[in-house]
Amino acid sequence: MTAALFIAQRLSAAVLAFAVAVHLATIIYAARAGMTAADVLARTHGNKAFLILYLVFVVAVAVHAPIGLRNVLREWTAWRGHSLNVALAAFALLLLALGLRAAVAVFVA
Amino acid sequence: MTAASADKLAVEVWRGGATGRFQTFHVARSANQTVLDVVTNIQREQDATLAYRFACRVGMCGSCAMTVNGRPRWTCRTRVAAALASATALRLEPLRNFTVVRDLAVDMRAFFDKWQAAKGHFEPAAQPPDDFAIVPPTSSQRQAADAGIECIGCGICHSACDVVTWNPDYLGPAALNRAWTLVNDVRDQGNAARMDAVSAGSGCHLCHTHMNCTEFCPKGLAPTYAIAGLKRAMVARALGRAP
Repeated sequence: MTAALFIAQRLSAAVLAFAVAVHLATIIYAARAGMTAADVLARTHGNKAFLILYLVFVVAVAVHAPIGLRNVLREWTAWRGHSLNVALAAFALLLLALGLRAAVAVFVA
Repeated sequence: MTAASADKLAVEVWRGGATGRFQTFHVARSANQTVLDVVTNIQREQDATLAYRFACRVGMCGSCAMTVNGRPRWTCRTRVAAALASATALRLEPLRNFTVVRDLAVDMRAFFDKWQAAKGHFEPAAQPPDDFAIVPPTSSQRQAADAGIECIGCGICHSACDVVTWNPDYLGPAALNRAWTLVNDVRDQGNAARMDAVSAGSGCHLCHTHMNCTEFCPKGLAPTYAIAGLKRAMVARALGRAP
């Protein structure tokens, strides 16, 4: 379990390094081009490449963030055991649900 | 801190256990004086009730380790001038991350219990081998073991480790360094249990790679790299490869 979480966190970090770089580059490009929200949505609408990128991004976040938060909580608080794992699994599902909703929203907008 | 006069050194010494206070002593300066010289002077000349620990006085046993002006050090190998740097007084405390017995003496039992928990002992096969193992000095495993084998268990790295402070269950750099030397010992037969131990909840993956252990090790060892080796071995094992 511990080794699996360790590997999952590092693999998801590698995915995030790529996804965040593309995300930031896109933001900088859109801002420097003076694009409005409507301009951005016009480009993301029906764009499968963006949809796939953000679906991968969201899945990587939902894997990476709860594992890191679990480590932080175990270092800084006395919270341990099953309740901690359940709470962070719920947090992972929340991130996944909200993220997928947002990724799909800009695709169909 | 209390400033020293030209020929007297002000020394603030922790007195008590987990709770206590600093007591200030004044000790005559001398050439090439070590911090252990200062502590010994206080104990023999000023207050015989001061508790501290030392044995060899020449950097072989590691038992005189203390926190000197905030940094874990062997007091026998630390000259006062170097420890002071720009400070005007010495502040001596017991090693961090250990239970204080009294004053400057700490209880090492939990530290060495972690060595056992990390399976930090040689595990022979059930039957003796037919012949001597041949371990070429140039082999990668021998070199990896050599890199960490000189640890004398002084506890400096354990005291310097912030992760141990945050999570007292963490096995710590010394125990994990020892485990890594054994993982690389081709004669050892206990790697399955050892890797289980160092991969469990308090194991090598908790290391943040702050490198405090490597920075402060008086032997110049690099437990951080040993722990990184264990992390790689843990991942390899999870993927179905030995050890």
